[in-house]
Amino acid sequence: MARMKFLCDAERCIECNACVTACKNENEVPWGINRRRVVTINDGKPGERTISVACMHCSDAPCKAVCPVDCFYQTDEGVVLHNKDLCIGCGYCFYACPFGAPQYPQAGNFGSRGKMDKCTFCSGGPEIDNSDAEFKKYGRNRLAEGKLPLCAEMCSTKALLAGDADMVSAIYRERVVARGFGSGAWGWGTAYQTRSGQERDRSAGGGMFQGTGGPGPNPGAIPGAGGGMPTQKQGL
Amino acid sequence: MEGHRMKAAVAVLLLAVGLAGGAALPAAAQSSVRVGGPVDQHIDRDAPPVANQIPGQSRADSWHGIRLGEQGTVSIPNKQAGVLIQSEGEAWRAVRNGPLSQYGSWMLGGILALLALFFLLRGRIRIDGEKTGRTIQRFNAFERGVHWMTAGSFVVLAISGLNVLYGRHTLLPLLGPQPFATLTQYGKLAHNYLGFAFILGVALTFVLWVGHNIPSRHDLVWFLKAGGLFSKGVHPPAHKFNGGQKIIFWSTVVGGAALGFTGVQLIFPFSFATMEQMQLFQLAHAAIAVVMIAIILAHIYIGSIGMEGAFAAMGDGQVELQWAREHHSLWVEDVTGEKVRHGHHGTPAE
Repeated sequence: MARMKFLCDAERCIECNACVTACKNENEVPWGINRRRVVTINDGKPGERTISVACMHCSDAPCKAVCPVDCFYQTDEGVVLHNKDLCIGCGYCFYACPFGAPQYPQAGNFGSRGKMDKCTFCSGGPEIDNSDAEFKKYGRNRLAEGKLPLCAEMCSTKALLAGDADMVSAIYRERVVARGFGSGAWGWGTAYQTRSGQERDRSAGGGMFQGTGGPGPNPGAIPGAGGGMPTQKQGL
Repeated sequence: MEGHRMKAAVAVLLLAVGLAGGAALPAAAQSSVRVGGPVDQHIDRDAPPVANQIPGQSRADSWHGIRLGEQGTVSIPNKQAGVLIQSEGEAWRAVRNGPLSQYGSWMLGGILALLALFFLLRGRIRIDGEKTGRTIQRFNAFERGVHWMTAGSFVVLAISGLNVLYGRHTLLPLLGPQPFATLTQYGKLAHNYLGFAFILGVALTFVLWVGHNIPSRHDLVWFLKAGGLFSKGVHPPAHKFNGGQKIIFWSTVVGGAALGFTGVQLIFPFSFATMEQMQLFQLAHAAIAVVMIAIILAHIYIGSIGMEGAFAAMGDGQVELQWAREHHSLWVEDVTGEKVRHGHHGTPAE
């Protein structure tokens, strides 16, 4: 069984906000709610990076742990979903979430926040797959259609990856090996610390400087650094 | 400091070596990159392959800052969304789901067990002397109204609050998800609005009775004799309120004020407090509430089944004269002018 994960490669994100727009359009998200957002750090300064962030669908999800009515559930694929019919809008998931994923449609004095809304990994909610009721409450169920979340599918630089953790890791690992540096597998340490620790070992975000050894021919090489065509095919 | 300087020195050295090497042996370097094979072993892999690090700025430090809640910029109206990771939430969760819930349940279970044990050992505290059949007024209608407004709202607040903390593990399996969620939803509504009745009640309680609740030397005697609670026929003298009742009064005033303050912070999110403060206020609110509930359970016990004649004070406001003589001898003297024999039961002073 696949384990769905997001990964945003901070070395690639160009702050185009296409993921945000795609998400809002695909899921017809209520006004004022951004299931996904793009954050710029060191804006305008040397070392500026941008990161696209939404619900990370944590292994041991804090929202799920603190919900007084137990409205969250995790699918077999690790996606954290919730039942809006049960949600009482108390705001506890919002207190607990490290990533600021849970949001509410209203300003919220006297606890009148309305039902919590968050990223569903484009996989709807407890209603029948792709039913009208599901779409109205949770947005599109792309997973049920065999598709991946639209934010990642739309990403112009493929900075944002979504899908089975093994495949996401493999793609990312290949990138890191190819470019020879940089982690930037942002948020994985927070979201995916699991019981056995296996998942952590498998993750690509282990070290800051990879490319010392590892798979692929000629890992220390920089594509195009010497000019001319490489005589050997290099892993990109 | 030392570490940073060392790192900087090493970096400069590596850069210098890299530049020198590159200048001296351009052909060798290029061929080693292109051809691969055993020559690769000589590449200095500790040197940054490209200039991805800004001099004087560590990427690791930058990510560490993010982990500690450093705020970036966003183009959406909600600027708080610039925080990528707020770790305080995990601490909040750990305390709420851990010690707060656990010690809270021990405390509430403990007080119930103690009260049950007390009832088994001591039974109902009876009026020792002979009843006179006459009553005197202890609380007027307004005082009783304030008491019951505070009490009534507190009971609803306590139950709905405990439901939010423990309902998921107790009521939810009994009721099923949807009925439990509906109940909790109404509980939350009641909690949010009745909070103001409680705040008003606590404020009026303070104004009405603070004059009678200034600690006095009689309270010391009262506490030394444990209020006569554990021994038949022992009745230390007291004015309108004895030492124990003063504890209840000040707990209600101080605890109620704290609950009101933290509650208002939570009911108007971000109006007065930041996220981190709200998390702390929530923990404080729950912890104080659990202690208050434990105290009030004892208060309810002694004001109802625990003591004969006590409920009437807040019932119709008229208490049996003999009850008043035993429990509030100095108050009876103040009100009626009669001289009550203190310290033990026996014939009334008349």
